[in-house]
Amino acid sequence: MKIVVAIKQVPERDAQICIDAAGKWIVESGLQYALNESDAYALEEALQLKERHGGEVIVVSAGPERVGSTIREALAKGADRAIHIDCDDLGSSDPLGVARLLAAAVKPESPDLLLTGLQSEDLGLGQTGVIVAELLGLPHATLILHVEKTETGLKVKRELEEGWFQTVELPTPAVLTIQSGGNKLRYATLMGIKRAKTKEVRRVAAAELAVEAAPVVLLERVTLPQKQKSTQILPGTAKEAAAALVEKLKFEVRVL
Amino acid sequence: MSGVLVIVEQHAGRIARISWEAVAAAQKLAALQGLPVRAAIVGAQTESLAAEVAAQLPGKVVRVDHPLLAQYTADGFTLALEQLIRAERPDYVVLPHTYQVRDYAPALAARLGQVLISDVVDLGEGPVFTRQLLQGRLNGVYRHTGTGPCFVSVQAGAFRPSDPDSTATPAEIAIFTPTLDPAQIRTIPCEPFRASSQSVDLGSAQLIVSVGRGIKDADNIPLVQELATALGAELAASRPICDSGWLPMERQVGSSGQTVSPKLYLAVGISGAIQHLVGMKGSQCIVAINKDPDAPIFEVADYGIVGDLFEVVPALTAAVRAAKV
Repeated sequence: MKIVVAIKQVPERDAQICIDAAGKWIVESGLQYALNESDAYALEEALQLKERHGGEVIVVSAGPERVGSTIREALAKGADRAIHIDCDDLGSSDPLGVARLLAAAVKPESPDLLLTGLQSEDLGLGQTGVIVAELLGLPHATLILHVEKTETGLKVKRELEEGWFQTVELPTPAVLTIQSGGNKLRYATLMGIKRAKTKEVRRVAAAELAVEAAPVVLLERVTLPQKQKSTQILPGTAKEAAAALVEKLKFEVRVL
Repeated sequence: MSGVLVIVEQHAGRIARISWEAVAAAQKLAALQGLPVRAAIVGAQTESLAAEVAAQLPGKVVRVDHPLLAQYTADGFTLALEQLIRAERPDYVVLPHTYQVRDYAPALAARLGQVLISDVVDLGEGPVFTRQLLQGRLNGVYRHTGTGPCFVSVQAGAFRPSDPDSTATPAEIAIFTPTLDPAQIRTIPCEPFRASSQSVDLGSAQLIVSVGRGIKDADNIPLVQELATALGAELAASRPICDSGWLPMERQVGSSGQTVSPKLYLAVGISGAIQHLVGMKGSQCIVAINKDPDAPIFEVADYGIVGDLFEVVPALTAAVRAAKV
């Protein structure tokens, strides 16, 4: 099975957020970046499918130079090669623009399966995989926890709301967006990290892919959220704060 | 037509609350833009549901009805709604941000050269649409700049459904029959199922202690279990804890787990991503213990302790035990 996994590099979850001078995004200098969590699960699913059925796992990622470190991480975990779509101005694109880049880069590979995480931790639009499927004319399923290969295609376990699930069958080639938690994530081994250095990373300039880039939706500005409630912060040492909280639980919340 | 088209979602013959919230968002948008609202309901036997919508929404309700829409498929819904939108030419299409909408609406928008502004929590003059970024730590204000319909999906709980106006004349109901061929539907959906009978009913728990990523390791779970035991509370968790297998899935609170509204919800090391908040923000009292003072959980908490949970939790367990003697 030839599997392409689209991955995204996102700011680390605990990163300190500071809005930039233009008020359009956060200050990126000094930020630490990581592989988007549900993309890590998509990669894991791809690696396990390859272990069961053979084939090749190719990762594709769009972004500036720094994205290279996340691509190397995916190669160290076991992906065979990578495509890095080089673009510095991804922030001004909308999901359709990004999906057009990914679709153009993936199309010549003609994979049997394209996997990606269900949504990114930074923008959280949750659309890239579905739009890529639409652009490539492939069937898709979203929020997938488990993938099984069948004679004719795939049988996948899809998550629904409130603890419900559904099995969906679909032919290949297909696009799946992967929900986190379906598998246990692997760590890169030392050997894997060493091997990753010699694996192929093909860099493609976004301009070479010649896709239409004019966005149809625009992130105009960013703001810090307003508190919905006034939180009473209980100060002091751990012991003092704990004692203050017990008072509140006893006399105001009345649960003790 | 021009106007605002709202897509009402049904499951097994029922209209969920989030669809009425989407109707409320559509009405707010329509009032801002001076446009009429229409609703569409998609399925195979939508007659009584359409009447239910028509009773609460002046204007027009369209039944997008076809035997091939009896069961949800992304292909069926995308094709049917594409045809409806091309025929009706709305300026705005408003949808509830459900798992189903997440499955087809991005493709539907893309097919019409548009991008869905997803998971919107507010809208205002412009119109501009606010959505959460970086797991709720930042808000982004979006504007539609393309020509063609603007697609928006709204987050659960973000818009308050208006009370039905019993004096209003019920909406006119129209039928739209899309052209669909079974060969166009490429996926085969099976009946939804539950993984196992749920033995833990967090929904009826009065006190809940819930643990998140901040606990760092499975070996540290007993620390929080002890606090729960001292309080006489049920132990629950955010998604990453259950994903890692540290606690069973049936203890998960959030959009993909259980929705709870206990008297006390004590969140330990939970940052408060929106997927978690939707499952617990109805709690009567929320207490958060987190080392990050900017964590979104503090936006909904009544009481907060900013500190290292590995110091605060044992101190709290001891204080609770002492108080109960």
